[in-house]
Amino acid sequence: MAKHKTPMLDELEKGKWPSFVSDIKQEAENREKTNVDLQAPKDACSDLLGLLELTYVDKVVHWKHGGIVGVFGYGGGVIGRYCDQPDQFPGVRDFHTIRVNQPSSKFYSTEFLKQLCDLWERRGSGLTNMHGSTGDIILLGTTTPQIEEIFWELTHNLDQDLGGSGSNLRTPSDCIGMGRCEYACYDTMALCYNLTMEYQDELHRPAFPYKFKFKFDGCPNGCVASIARADMSVIGTWRDDIRIDQEAVKGYVGGEFKPNAGAHSGRDWGTFDIQKEVIGLCPTHCMEWDGKKLKIDNKECTRCMHCINVMPRALRIGQDTGASILFGAKAPILEGAQMSTLTVPFMKIEDPYDELNGLIEKVWDYWSEEGKNRERLGEMIQRVGFQKFIEVCELEPDPRMIQEPRSNPYIFWKEEDVPGGWDRDVKEFRKKHQR
Amino acid sequence: MGYDPKDPLKDRITDIGPRNYEDFLPPVIKENYGKWLYHDILEPGVLVHVSETGAKVYTVRVGGCRLMSVTHIREICEIADKHCGGHLRFTTRNNIEFMVDDESKLKPLMEDLESREFAGGSKKFPKGGTGAGLTNIVHTQGWIHCHTPAIDASGIVKAVMDELFDDFKDMRFPAHVRISLACCLNMCGAVHCSDIAILGIHRMPPMLDHEHLGNMCEIPLAIAACPTGAIKPATVDGKKSVAVNNERCMFCGNCYTMCPSMPLADEVGSGVALLVGGKISNRISEPKFSKVVVPFIPNEPPRWPSTVDAIKKILYAYVEDAKKYERLGDWAERIGWERFFEKTGLPFTGHLIDDYRFAYTTWRQSTQFKF
Ligand code: HEM
Ligand code: HEM
Ligand code: HEM
Ligand code: HEM
Ligand code: SF4
Ligand code: SF4
Ligand code: SF4
Ligand code: SF4
Repeated sequence: MAKHKTPMLDELEKGKWPSFVSDIKQEAENREKTNVDLQAPKDACSDLLGLLELTYVDKVVHWKHGGIVGVFGYGGGVIGRYCDQPDQFPGVRDFHTIRVNQPSSKFYSTEFLKQLCDLWERRGSGLTNMHGSTGDIILLGTTTPQIEEIFWELTHNLDQDLGGSGSNLRTPSDCIGMGRCEYACYDTMALCYNLTMEYQDELHRPAFPYKFKFKFDGCPNGCVASIARADMSVIGTWRDDIRIDQEAVKGYVGGEFKPNAGAHSGRDWGTFDIQKEVIGLCPTHCMEWDGKKLKIDNKECTRCMHCINVMPRALRIGQDTGASILFGAKAPILEGAQMSTLTVPFMKIEDPYDELNGLIEKVWDYWSEEGKNRERLGEMIQRVGFQKFIEVCELEPDPRMIQEPRSNPYIFWKEEDVPGGWDRDVKEFRKKHQR
Repeated sequence: MGYDPKDPLKDRITDIGPRNYEDFLPPVIKENYGKWLYHDILEPGVLVHVSETGAKVYTVRVGGCRLMSVTHIREICEIADKHCGGHLRFTTRNNIEFMVDDESKLKPLMEDLESREFAGGSKKFPKGGTGAGLTNIVHTQGWIHCHTPAIDASGIVKAVMDELFDDFKDMRFPAHVRISLACCLNMCGAVHCSDIAILGIHRMPPMLDHEHLGNMCEIPLAIAACPTGAIKPATVDGKKSVAVNNERCMFCGNCYTMCPSMPLADEVGSGVALLVGGKISNRISEPKFSKVVVPFIPNEPPRWPSTVDAIKKILYAYVEDAKKYERLGDWAERIGWERFFEKTGLPFTGHLIDDYRFAYTTWRQSTQFKF
């Protein structure tokens, strides 16, 4: 039966949450039985279980970094991986990952997925990540000779390309947006697809100081977490008024509609209290309810989405929609975690996206020039200063870009800031001031 | 036909990008694209979205392991073929969504999903992950596939989700709760803005394999990789190698990525840290970072009981005490971190006081505190 005994992993078959161990085991069994002419090791799954069991005993990982692998002409998309116990687990001796560029919002036809499964069963381990944290479909584990074969079949038979890895544009990703969400302020799916296509070269051929990520959220709820995870975060917003259906507001107040679209219905929170739950929690105190009519002072609203999330049937995003563009988020290493900084408060996002493309290219040009090796954009902005960064973006300073003005007066004045410049004559000075 | 290793460039296709999403949209999505009016969560894991055309789409969201086999994906396809006209989608947090365009198709779909179990007895498609409750844990590779992890990913996620299973299927929390896991400080998963983040950390400086280091590694790159400047060139027994100033090491593992002769993972040294109170959405309060509240828990495979226990303490203290709409971080800020430690029963230790860059901003410069 099972090639390796896995008493530790077997514990992870218990419990109700889907068990990845049971799933790998079923794949291992199917590979044993299948009459597909497997091109990658038959034992890939059983040896992976064996190796993982050993790791559970040792508590130290058994994978090694290194070995140049990839497809010809691309600098990313394949991640080399070797195990450090190849004799014991030959099925995972080399176990490289292939990143496949997922479609916008991860909708699939079963036809496509089945084709992908057939390909990966034959030429890989049969194991995937649906999906990796960047968004790609991750095909987990194959041997070096299979890589070009897989690339060939992906491009020729599935009309499908690889994703990014290394110091390049990483595979962009987006929220479901207009596909199925009433809050979408621009078409995230179209923008994600179009920019991915526009920047294929940057995605496949690393030429940047470090990685660069785009992510697209349709509204400030931020379902793809772009503000925390993307060097350029595009977050939908609007600049006119929240649309109010006063009858529907009464519907919520009267208990006809479930507030929050039912999101809190697992507990009895008492009857809905619009004063306490909406008006009172509005962070800008810009709402009023007199028992009959809801008023919003839209000029003061910061579009936090709270009231709309609570009463989606009554309140709708405005109609003059677009996006805020923020730059520079990154995970902690090296300078500490950063979130993206608001750089363009509002931009219309419409095909052919010229304004956005122009901005991206300005940023990339400067970063490619000035960024140090392995310096994320956010770190570079910290180093050169945000003033410099907006100058590069050809933007005017705007109080919307900051949380508060600086509290130190140590301004690095430039010569051109001072009328007449810095050239002075000490002799003139001495005429008035004795030594 | 097919790839020819002798002539790799023949008929080569490159730079075609992903498939156009329009090829993959179910008809009801395509027809109502951008026309959605509002939505309702009918029960945990089941949503209806209503279009201005009057059309409705019913979605059943189920949890999944992001690590899945082709056998499992084929089963997902079989379900989507049977009930959903051959379409489905995955969410950002590794959930799977099955969509139907008519209420009558909902029940058979839900029953079918609910009935499927793995041989070991776990559910294949647990329904839930919506609204003010717990959704799936986003995570990275861990011991399954990466070279620098301090902890496993899939195993810890399974252990935590088994224990919190009922809350995946309920919406009784004050607000959304997002748990994430990253298996080393690199945080490929970017967990630093999660309500609860499970993070793998190392506590030992790298070992130095002087015998091979000079041959295997580009020494200047290893030196440059170190964020704290702890690495210096050195000659050991006549061989070119490096020396590490252990006092300065922040255990980030960058050197190991650059240089395989500097391994740092260790049975005792590596383990789990927990961070809490981060958020992404702009709802009510601004996005914020997670803060470290448990500096270290040892690796305890296969089920990491101490980690699971600490997460439950944090989560349930919050669920009991927070006001409606308060995210975990909003709650901690309102009651104060001194109360947070009291209510969760977690010990406060010196390791939790920041001593990295900009540490001062996290100390208290006021006399306002609670006894
Ligand atoms: C020095 C820093 C880093 C190194 C050496 C590194 C290395 C790696 C490696 C080797 C993998 C492949 C894991 C595998 O499949 O075997 C990976 C995956 C990944 N990395 Fe990083 N990484 C670093 C920093 C980051 C950062 C800061 C982020 C995000 C902001 C990130 C995002 C990702 C993502 C999203 C994946 C896919 C992970 C998954 O879905 O499992 N990486 N990284
Ligand atoms: C020998 C063959 C090597 C291969 C095939 C290889 C492959 C990889 C891969 C696939 C990643 C993951 C990048 C990602 O997440 O997209 C990675 C990360 C990295 N590797 Fe290697 N590596 C090799 C050797 C080296 C060497 C010798 C160095 C340094 C001298 C090095 C430095 C790095 C760095 C700095 C990262 C992090 C890159 C990032 O964060 O994007 N690698 N490597
Ligand atoms: C009531 C208003 C909301 C609606 C209608 C809504 C809608 C959605 C939709 C359609 C998705 C799937 C998106 C995708 O995978 O591309 C999603 C996922 C998500 N949303 Fe929201 N969202 C709402 C509020 C929020 C809030 C307030 C937060 C954060 C506090 C949030 C955080 C997330 C996260 C983290 C995901 C990923 C979940 C997963 O994939 O399972 N959402 N939301
Ligand atoms: C060449 C440079 C400087 C000289 C000669 C100088 C001289 C002095 C003198 C003579 C006083 C006493 C004033 C009085 O009480 O009559 C003083 C006060 C003070 N200086 Fe400076 N100073 C210099 C630079 C600075 C700088 C760069 C800072 C801040 C970064 C600074 C901060 C202060 C402060 C905070 C006080 C006390 C002010 C008060 O509370 O009244 N000084 N300095
Ligand atoms: S980010 Fe906004 S528009 Fe996008 S899916 Fe989430 S709630 Fe909808
Ligand atoms: S979106 Fe937020 S800030 Fe604007 S009115 Fe609603 S609750 Fe207030
Ligand atoms: S978080 Fe660290 S250990 Fe985990 S996949 Fe990323 S680099 Fe590897
Ligand atoms: S682990 Fe990080 S801090 Fe420590 S020596 Fe290596 S690179 Fe430097």
